[in-house]
Amino acid sequence: MMSELVWIFFSAMVVNNFTLVLFLGLCAFMGVSSRVETALRMGAANIFVLVLTSISAWALNRFVLEAAPYLRIISFIIVIASLVQIVEMVIKKVSPTLFRQLGIYLPLITTNCAILGLAIFQTNRGYGFWEGLFFALGAGAGLTLALVLMASIRESTEFSDVPSIAKGTGLVLIIAGSLSLAFMGFAGLLSGGA
Amino acid sequence: MRKSTAQEDLLRGIWRENPVLVQVLGLCPTLAVTNTVENSLVMGIATFAVLLGSSFFVSLFKRFIPNEIRISVYILIIATFVTVAEMCLEALVPEVHKALGAFIALIVVNCIILGRQEAFAAKNTVWRSVLDAIGSGLGFILAMLMMGSLREVIGYGTFLGIPLFGDSYEPWVVMILPPGGFLTLGVILLTLGYVEERRRANRVSAMSAQERA
Repeated sequence: MMSELVWIFFSAMVVNNFTLVLFLGLCAFMGVSSRVETALRMGAANIFVLVLTSISAWALNRFVLEAAPYLRIISFIIVIASLVQIVEMVIKKVSPTLFRQLGIYLPLITTNCAILGLAIFQTNRGYGFWEGLFFALGAGAGLTLALVLMASIRESTEFSDVPSIAKGTGLVLIIAGSLSLAFMGFAGLLSGGA
Repeated sequence: MRKSTAQEDLLRGIWRENPVLVQVLGLCPTLAVTNTVENSLVMGIATFAVLLGSSFFVSLFKRFIPNEIRISVYILIIATFVTVAEMCLEALVPEVHKALGAFIALIVVNCIILGRQEAFAAKNTVWRSVLDAIGSGLGFILAMLMMGSLREVIGYGTFLGIPLFGDSYEPWVVMILPPGGFLTLGVILLTLGYVEERRRANRVSAMSAQERA
């Protein structure tokens, strides 16, 4: 049981990295990956919401959706939207400092495809409560890893002399491509052991 | 700002303000499912249908949607159409539905669709919103096809499953793997940037030539 959970965690974090291998959460990846510090905060906010989403998706699947599977997409998106709203209000009340630090990133998480993606993958694979929890933690750690890697590279390319046509998204995509290529190397990591 | 004409509403999204190539929105599906032409086309058409339906209903009901909860209402309308689209695909093209997997459900969070609702359908008449949706949807299909054809032709050596180069062609496997998605879109954007820069340089030199004359 324990080794399976560890497997799920590492599989979601590096082998099937949400951003670089499954292409989920790219808007945030392009948008907030210019500074390492903001990338870390965004990653932390994501991990938090991912864990909450995983728990509520599990509860929805377990208790509600068996009767009406066609309502899956609609109910997931409503739950995620209201969850983010509630989390925002709670953090604002409990810790105004943290709220200021997270800033605009908290509401933006609603439209981050990684969150809905997690809920749907978890359902398709039939994960239980603990499996879902470790899946969410791994996915969040992977998102944070990709964001921080990207931000570190972008910080150091800031003053380098790139051709004028490559300034902006083009360059970021090429860097992401090389990062993704590097992550392909992890593919053999788990299949050999398992 | 002057009012745009109906023709502009339709044409704007296809090339000049192409949602993927110019505004760089909706990257998840553009990169994730474009490993073959067939997948790209089906994804493009599904997104087009969802965008068209949502724009129609959002602009139709815009008077009744309270401003404070408008985003949630838009997402609900979009999610309804995505559910319809998913069921249609499952019935019509089961193999492609399986290949696209979770990415069909993820049309809900495609920023292009929500973006068009917020930026256009919520403020304009039904007819013009439909035109705008058709334009942006066609622009999205165009970008998906560009990505899909490049990746399938180079990565498998085929187009829609038909072999192009004969037996001696060694496929570039990297193009159908995830890195190929990033690299293909990166190269397309760099090429477009280069063309745009050349055009601007030409215009400037033409203008200075006129001044001298």
